[in-house]
Amino acid sequence: MENKVIIIGAGPAGLSAAITLAEKNIGVVVIDEYLYAGGRLLGQLYEETPNKWWNGIAESERLLARAKELNVEFSLQTSVSDLEKMDQDWVVHTNKGVFHTKQLLLATGAAESPFPIPGWTLPGVMSVGAAQVMTNVHRVKPGERGIIIGVNVLSSAIAMELQIADVQVAAITLPAANLLTIDSSDPLDVMNSLLHVSHMAPSLLIKIGSKFMKNEFLKKLGITFYPKDGVKMWGIPIMLRKAVIEIVGKEQVEGVVLATVNVDGSIVPGSEKRIDVDFVCIAGGLYPLAELASLAGCPFHYIEQLGGFVPLHNEQMETNLAGLHVAGNITGIEGAKVALAQGKVAALSIASKLGASVTQLDIQQAIKNVETTRAHAHIQFHPEVLVGRQKMKKIWAQSLSHTMS
Amino acid sequence: MTERIMSHPILGDLPHKEKVSFTFDDQLYEAYKGESLAAALLAQGIRTLRVHEETSHPRGIYCNIGHCFECRVNINGLDGERACITPVAEGMVVKSGKVLPTTVRDWRKHHGK
Repeated sequence: MENKVIIIGAGPAGLSAAITLAEKNIGVVVIDEYLYAGGRLLGQLYEETPNKWWNGIAESERLLARAKELNVEFSLQTSVSDLEKMDQDWVVHTNKGVFHTKQLLLATGAAESPFPIPGWTLPGVMSVGAAQVMTNVHRVKPGERGIIIGVNVLSSAIAMELQIADVQVAAITLPAANLLTIDSSDPLDVMNSLLHVSHMAPSLLIKIGSKFMKNEFLKKLGITFYPKDGVKMWGIPIMLRKAVIEIVGKEQVEGVVLATVNVDGSIVPGSEKRIDVDFVCIAGGLYPLAELASLAGCPFHYIEQLGGFVPLHNEQMETNLAGLHVAGNITGIEGAKVALAQGKVAALSIASKLGASVTQLDIQQAIKNVETTRAHAHIQFHPEVLVGRQKMKKIWAQSLSHTMS
Repeated sequence: MTERIMSHPILGDLPHKEKVSFTFDDQLYEAYKGESLAAALLAQGIRTLRVHEETSHPRGIYCNIGHCFECRVNINGLDGERACITPVAEGMVVKSGKVLPTTVRDWRKHHGK
């Protein structure tokens, strides 16, 4: 396959980039490991405004139909195992053969971080995203009654999705404190991050509470008086003073052991109590899935506000390697709409390199659109994402001045 | 008992799909053509897809999108295939992952170590 742009990842960023490129009459091949195009957009289902639902399956189908109309080629169920640069070409090694391209876009999205809790390898324990895909995409219940470990934006959104599908969620709790769960098991840290989802919570305590809790002292007070059995969000108890310390079962999940935790995250001895569930979701948050950028040789920077290690890139979605672009969650954890907007920027900057009629103004407008979309995002995974984006911008500028000196 | 969500308040009724049959550890099962093997098995109440190669502890799906490789099974004679990203096809022969021989461990067992 010659002279076609290759996009790895058929999620919102990849699909939007493919459409933009094809609209400029540029040939595109989209590679993805999954059965269907759409990426993690497929599982998304939430109410944006009363009675107006964001249905990820419908959105994915709409994007896929548009891409196919423009003759974008798809190679699904295709796993990429290696990337290398040979002469001017990027060589993409897959289980379906080798692809060559001059312009490669990595839109590989994000992956979920787990909490290794005793018993977490039992069948019936899964990532919260796994439960979402089972429920909304495959339409198979992950179980009858489950518990979600990890209180964050993703877990609260998926808890509601499970409930809509008539899957019982007994509670959303903290993981027990250990070296790997340090940020997610401290009630104060979790309360901090919860303040940013307050607009999604019909519970008055969280909603009104969040306005007052910007103050550190009040926040501590909030945790201290936070009811031990939790506050309910959509009828699901969110337990900031309980932690799952063990997942139990012989051949598969049969229950969890919950314990009360102190304000500092330590366990109150003797407070352990077993509750019965047949599945457990672990919600450790998302990090950019950037292995391929690493194989390609991109420099990485750790930016906490973007969700972890991200490949060095600029606002035009270029990396510092010729012909290699990035878009979507590989550049930082944000929602599908931001990814869609970023895909367009990446596509325009690739198109301009290929001599298509793209002006600097077009690219600048697309970048503006990313910023507006971010400002209006319904769900923000990291409250300080803008700070993270500014950091990357600065690092990019510094890297340029180094190259020139 | 089925675990399928036949009607969903927002997503609507499950679209009608062609049925296929496949075997898992020599048992015959029905599934919807093209759905993931992991979903087809879970819909039949099957959660254990393999055992840990050394300890024999049961394992099932974890990430459900191909990333973690926890759901690897033998499909049509090929080992290490991911159930979560493999679509079910008519006549597919699936076998759960088994304990593998470990020379050192097996030697110890027979030598009282």
